[in-house]
Amino acid sequence: MSKELLKGNVAIAEAALRAGLQAYFGYPITPQTELLEHLSKRMIELDRVFLQAESEVAAINMVYGAACTGVRVMSSSSSPGVSLMQEGLSYIAGSELPCVIVDIMRGGPGLGNILPSQGDYFQVTRSAGHGDYRPIVLAPASVQEAIDFTVLAFDLADKYRHLVLVVADGLIGLMMEPCELPPFQPVRTTRPDWALTGADERERNVITSIYLKGEEMEGYNIKTQERLATIRATEQRWVEHLTDDCDLLIVGYGTAGRIAYTAIDEARSKGLRVGLLRPQTLYPFPEQRVAELAEQVERLLVVEMNAGQMLEDVKLAVAGRAPVDFFGRMGGMVPMPDEIVSAIDESFAKMAQPA
Amino acid sequence: MTQQEAFIFSGFGGQGVMFVGQLLAYTAMDCGLNVTWIPSYGPEMRGGTANCTVVISEKPIGSPIVRFPSVAVVFNLPSFDKYEPVIASGGLLVSNSSLVDQTSERDDITLLQIPGTDSADDLGNVRVTNLIMLGAALTARPVLTVDDVRASLADHIPAHRRNLLDLNYAALDRGVELASDLLVTA
Repeated sequence: MSKELLKGNVAIAEAALRAGLQAYFGYPITPQTELLEHLSKRMIELDRVFLQAESEVAAINMVYGAACTGVRVMSSSSSPGVSLMQEGLSYIAGSELPCVIVDIMRGGPGLGNILPSQGDYFQVTRSAGHGDYRPIVLAPASVQEAIDFTVLAFDLADKYRHLVLVVADGLIGLMMEPCELPPFQPVRTTRPDWALTGADERERNVITSIYLKGEEMEGYNIKTQERLATIRATEQRWVEHLTDDCDLLIVGYGTAGRIAYTAIDEARSKGLRVGLLRPQTLYPFPEQRVAELAEQVERLLVVEMNAGQMLEDVKLAVAGRAPVDFFGRMGGMVPMPDEIVSAIDESFAKMAQPA
Repeated sequence: MTQQEAFIFSGFGGQGVMFVGQLLAYTAMDCGLNVTWIPSYGPEMRGGTANCTVVISEKPIGSPIVRFPSVAVVFNLPSFDKYEPVIASGGLLVSNSSLVDQTSERDDITLLQIPGTDSADDLGNVRVTNLIMLGAALTARPVLTVDDVRASLADHIPAHRRNLLDLNYAALDRGVELASDLLVTA
């Protein structure tokens, strides 16, 4: 298949419909509006459901309803809009429904701004709504990964009957890069056996997130935790760059991870042995590999576009095996490669000091 | 080409800076190179200037944004003021001298003062200023050839704009001529 030059937002939308997206419900917000705009045209062309709701609250509840029928369904938004969706996300998780949500994060808190940010790492990786669960969270760093992870998100959602979030920022959403789109998957004609399809010929299915008895609620909770244990054991994804011989390991995801890649090349040209681990899944966090590398390196440096959120997951995985430094920009400010090189220099200076 | 080149195109909204950056990105892609195109979309574009950054590389591209571009193509005075000081040493500044009367004091960059708007007007359509500026930039910095651009333009121009193809070719050629004259004199 030939390469195309696509914006991240458009690429995600096109990948979703090629993955067999049957229904989309959303509300426009910068910096993800091109995603909704592309689907508004394409879904209608393909005679599928596109609906611009009156708000994010309405959109996520429409997604909830459609997910109950066992079709491939998604929504997309950006930070403040995703906050409005929190209740619905929790209900979707509580009802064990497969569903894909894209969050093109922006500067915050509050209305914030429309610039690239990773300030919602806690929000998306902890529970994305109330209750004791974690969604699967995929973090692309390029337009091609945004495409690949969108398809993967639907597959993981179906495989585990679980909520999957794809998170990026305005830089990936608005950037154009050469990429290849996946082939068209046919829209699924069968529905899962748990789906609400009209119970004329079978026992009725019940989909709910209410369990009034403690034992029943805990039964749900135990089942969810068992599923999450499987997800943690099998779905950790990451890429590494120059980690074989590195003294300093940078951990960064998405935009920050890809900018670190440039900084590492600059630092290497000065003779500093730096490597990169870029998590592709934020949940499950690639804790096993980070722990292994923490045995091998002298020090780690976490780079994020926030005040230090994944930093906590890195420290949990490192568990004191090596010191962990942090460099971050906030408010929609994107770290430049030379700033990360300065942070690398500082980490090496600390290594040189006697303990 | 050297391993990586970073172009910034900057001007008023409507001068075609986003499109000309995309055209360069398509050309790089069609030539098998890695490329990123990223627009300004934040508060800065509310001020009336628009810019985009195009990074072209033989290797995978890490950062799609750059602090020190190797080439800046500026279409108006605010863009000149913003990018003239940050062009990497040894880099190129292409300035639309129809609208920018400033000149650079820097002796470590190449300055091409191209009367882009006036020349486009002479060709009969001020909207091809951007192609004149691109033709000039690639003449001084042959990262990709003008023929490559011509081929990509023919491949990617929307159907309803195909009637403007010859005008766009003429604008590219005009940019090459203007830059060649200046480079010979210099």
